[in-house]
Amino acid sequence: MTMNKTILRTEGLKAFYMLDVFGTRKIVKAVNEVNLDIRENEVYGIAGESGCGKTTLLKALAAAIEPPLRLVDGYIFYYVDGEAVDVATLSPEAKRKLRLDYIAYVPQGSMSALNPVIKLKETYLDFIESHVSGRSKEETLAIAEKHISELGLPPKILDAYPHQLSGGMRQRVTIALAALLKPSIIIADEPTTALDVVVQRGVVQLLMDIQKKLKNTIIMVTHDMGVQANIADRVGIMYAGKIVEESTTEKIYGDPQHPYTQFLINSLPQFGDKSTRQSVPGSPPSLIDLPGGCAFHPRCPHAMQICLEKTPDLISLDTDHKVACWLVGGEHGKAS
Amino acid sequence: MEKLLEVKALTKVFTMGSILSRVKLTATDTVSFFIKPGEIFTLAGESGCGKTTTAKIILGFEEPTSGAIIHNGKDRAETKGKKVWQEEGIQAIFQDPFGTFNPLRVVDRYFFETLQNFKMATTKREAIALIDETLQLVGLTYDEFAGKYPSEFSGGQLQRISIARALLTKPNLLIADEPVSMVDASLRMSIVNLFKRLKEETDLGVLYITHDLATAYYVSERIAIMFRGNIVEMGSVEQVLMSPRHPYTQLLRESIPEADPKKRWSSAITLSELESEEYMRVGCKFAGRCPHVMEKCKSEMPEDVLVDDTLVKCHLYKG
Repeated sequence: MTMNKTILRTEGLKAFYMLDVFGTRKIVKAVNEVNLDIRENEVYGIAGESGCGKTTLLKALAAAIEPPLRLVDGYIFYYVDGEAVDVATLSPEAKRKLRLDYIAYVPQGSMSALNPVIKLKETYLDFIESHVSGRSKEETLAIAEKHISELGLPPKILDAYPHQLSGGMRQRVTIALAALLKPSIIIADEPTTALDVVVQRGVVQLLMDIQKKLKNTIIMVTHDMGVQANIADRVGIMYAGKIVEESTTEKIYGDPQHPYTQFLINSLPQFGDKSTRQSVPGSPPSLIDLPGGCAFHPRCPHAMQICLEKTPDLISLDTDHKVACWLVGGEHGKAS
Repeated sequence: MEKLLEVKALTKVFTMGSILSRVKLTATDTVSFFIKPGEIFTLAGESGCGKTTTAKIILGFEEPTSGAIIHNGKDRAETKGKKVWQEEGIQAIFQDPFGTFNPLRVVDRYFFETLQNFKMATTKREAIALIDETLQLVGLTYDEFAGKYPSEFSGGQLQRISIARALLTKPNLLIADEPVSMVDASLRMSIVNLFKRLKEETDLGVLYITHDLATAYYVSERIAIMFRGNIVEMGSVEQVLMSPRHPYTQLLRESIPEADPKKRWSSAITLSELESEEYMRVGCKFAGRCPHVMEKCKSEMPEDVLVDDTLVKCHLYKG
């Protein structure tokens, strides 16, 4: 496999929520030392339980960090025309400009983002006019119609109000809207959650179509390991603000190394197999008060003394396979 | 055969629109099924197929246009006007555990109030003992939860608390409307395993409403697939999910993402454009998307056909 060029890179990224609760300061360590290297023309999936920092990581990647969230440490680089741009140093205006055609962010529940009292046509016109100037209304409308039908959506929906469409159709309309300016990166947060299976497949199909057409990068967060297996080229497993395993989709599903990844995959029910499946024991730790050492140790069946004391680093096991666990690699692991 | 709940030819028609453009929408169309004691029966289908309307009628929140509901051998028409959850031992849990509880009230208040309303305890100590007993069924204890607000629990915990609240009055039928769709995949199994255990330990009947066919297969014995108000296929999970007969069930089954990157979806699918158009369709409601569509499907509603003990509503299997 030839490695594509990097398009987005983070270096020791730390983004914490600084909360002031009745005079006492609470720090939510939502993104804690994350190193990502996302490449051109790939689908990168991020998986993990609710409350592990997935959404916060996406906000940081989309350069949408707003108080109480703060970028505490580390860098986010966008590679615009081969040149690394440190996003945090840009002025708000420059950031806005860069974001326009470089990155599109589809937040969670974005299907509710459509204005309920205007037709979708108006939403599209608003959107196009604010980004592309000097076009007549007819021309703009033609762009919208062409775009919609290219993505396989019925053009008649432009004459509908959002409430006339089903949830799945609205979700697809928002994703289509995000792809309108042909961004280099589309960031999607749980785009298929709470949709039923057939519609979910439609949404995945649309994302794949867009990716094929634009040859861009999609970063997608979902906790549904089935969807992840279906769409992602590479998957990062996130736990308590850290990436604990990262590899190609084949390796993550075929040869998971971290006990947490193994739990996530084994807990899925399979057709034709009614044997009892175990979910991950316990519940996710509070990001305010993380357990010492490896944050997974209270729930891990293989926890050793060292897991309580030291946090494992994300080490390369293989080309394209990284794990942060004392069981693999290091002086205590089986690799030694 | 003993039946805990029997739903007979249940039809609910909603009237929509203004006086000038009145539209009638049949949300459930002669839906019939039954649940045995100690059985988990799944009602599956996509959003807007009439699953929740069926649940609401069983719970007494909506009046059916026609049809009968027989619970514990008694016709609902006779007990009309009474609160079914009090009189008949039906309890429900819903999709969003954070929407179930008022965020400004401590969760244990709901438990004490339920006990008061049902006159199940006379002293606080008795009440706590009962609550603790029920919470242990779902893997929690009273001390863990006393005095806490909903925001202090995780989604999975709160859903388990919501189940405990429903079990507190010792119901014989539990209506679970999409109980796992808002919960993480990893915690999903803890809820589903809980249903499995309850079924084995008590003779609680569960109507499990979901669009997640993988957990339906895992937990239940019989399943009914609903599409736009009709049950299109009903039978054992082995039959319906492992060798689906109705083209819609086949589409559903195929669309479930498998956690195996080697089995990706290859073919493209057509989705319904507007839900209401499908509801208004004469003949088979799936005709617009069906790969095997025939002339007959567009004009004639198919009848229920029994194939190997599985009920299928499709012209393909007639004669």
